[in-house]
Amino acid sequence: MIRNFFYHDSMLLKIIRQVIFYSLLYFLWLFLFNLKLWPSYLFPSPAQVGETFISIYKDKTLFSAIFVTMKRLLLGYGISVVIGVAIGLVIGKIRVLDETLGGFFVGIQTLPSICWLPLAILWFGLSEAAIIFVVIMGSLLSVTIATDSGVKNIQPMYLRAGRNMGARGIDMFLYVIFPAALPSIVGGLKQGWSFAWRALMGAEIVFATLGLGHLLNVGRELNDMSQVMAVMIVIIVIGIVMDMLVFGSLERKFRKLWGLEKS
Amino acid sequence: MRVTLKRVHKSFQQKGQRVQALRDINFSIEEGEFICVIGPSGCGKSSLISLIAGLEFPDSGEVYVDSKIVDGPSKDRLVVFQEAALFPWLTVQENVEFGLKLQKVSLAERNQRAFEALKMVHLTRFLNAYPHELSGGMRQRAAIARALVMDPKILLMDEPFAALDAQTRQLLQEELQTIWQKTKKTIFFVTHNVREATFLSDRVFEISARPGTIKKEYPVRIPRPRVEQDPQLLMLQTKIMGSLKDEIDKVAKEQLDLDYGLDKNIDQVPAERNLGSNI
Repeated sequence: MIRNFFYHDSMLLKIIRQVIFYSLLYFLWLFLFNLKLWPSYLFPSPAQVGETFISIYKDKTLFSAIFVTMKRLLLGYGISVVIGVAIGLVIGKIRVLDETLGGFFVGIQTLPSICWLPLAILWFGLSEAAIIFVVIMGSLLSVTIATDSGVKNIQPMYLRAGRNMGARGIDMFLYVIFPAALPSIVGGLKQGWSFAWRALMGAEIVFATLGLGHLLNVGRELNDMSQVMAVMIVIIVIGIVMDMLVFGSLERKFRKLWGLEKS
Repeated sequence: MRVTLKRVHKSFQQKGQRVQALRDINFSIEEGEFICVIGPSGCGKSSLISLIAGLEFPDSGEVYVDSKIVDGPSKDRLVVFQEAALFPWLTVQENVEFGLKLQKVSLAERNQRAFEALKMVHLTRFLNAYPHELSGGMRQRAAIARALVMDPKILLMDEPFAALDAQTRQLLQEELQTIWQKTKKTIFFVTHNVREATFLSDRVFEISARPGTIKKEYPVRIPRPRVEQDPQLLMLQTKIMGSLKDEIDKVAKEQLDLDYGLDKNIDQVPAERNLGSNI
């Protein structure tokens, strides 16, 4: 019975396990709060955070912040996915570009994305364009690098089979190389998403009006710890939801198609 | 269509060394013939397929199709690979239609032709299945259909049944025989299995150990449909096995420890054990 609870593979048990885990987390928090180790304005109770959450939900600041943030994120991330996949496919296949651009990109990727902000502000001014630029620079390279390595790791037999059946040039890219590299590309998209998310939060905290990062910063300025924590929880939840709905299911799908997971 | 190889040499790079895979290969295949190539592993059999398919090119010498030198892949010469090499992201039907789609064949015609090809290999029930849902034998069926659908002049088969279990292999050999009789395609079939080679082909080419040369050619003059236990087949198989054994030993001596072969005599069971002393 207990063994079943830990190992058995069913949707219901999985949910129950997760509910228990998060309840434990909640009670741990409550317990630490009740120990009164820190003053409540530095370590608020779950209830205080909940109240703040409801108040920023009611006066629509939360909703509009999420909306603005998601708009910036989707725009920047979308652009970097399109460009990143295209560059990655080309670098993966053309040796000269790999030796030059490939190494250069790996170098640039070590630069934390927030470092692009001063440059972006000088180029674009204090505008949306500057923020979106930072988001793009944050995720572009990880998408590019993952696509590139995906292309290099394609099993040669798929390329041979494609060539054998008459795929050339652009057809080869569209119908063989791109789909064959998709599992790694999805890995890159996932990583790119989290980098975009970080870049955006960084940029919004340092300079921006509206947005979740801004809301977080306002919490700090008002010394309102419960607002800070409420916004942090919102950011985490958005991350988890995206992973479950988009990347998790895509990865599962490819694992299944490639025969790595039982259907 | 007639395929001719003239003085073909081929080598490749391996761990920084140039290894000669094929040396002075000369032969021609007539239209409608079923040719099997047999030899020890690593003798360059698969290189022959790549050369004829136009996926690789000889270092010297020429590969002709009719009177034209092969300068790249063509839909007239299609390969069925050992690993089936079906695309995992496409269904069986989409895999079979892949080549037609590249040629911009209309959807209706594509569906029609794919269905007919799959019918030939008895896989129409799995039109919408993905490759990971198929067994090894079914994957090879789909791979054969994927080549047949393009209506090639010559089918190049690179150890297509090597990874299958014995029963499935037997079944597919019989079906390939039927398909060959029905479609009258030229088939060039590489294998390391002597029984398979003699069962299927009109002529068997034996390739020697590296560098691969054509050591001998065996015509198989046995009427079809053949049965596995045909005594003439068995005789021919014994003959080929004997010759092949030397080549396999050569490869083993080259690749295994130096003491390979030395202790063979010691291992032999004493003759009197087999004389029924325990009755």
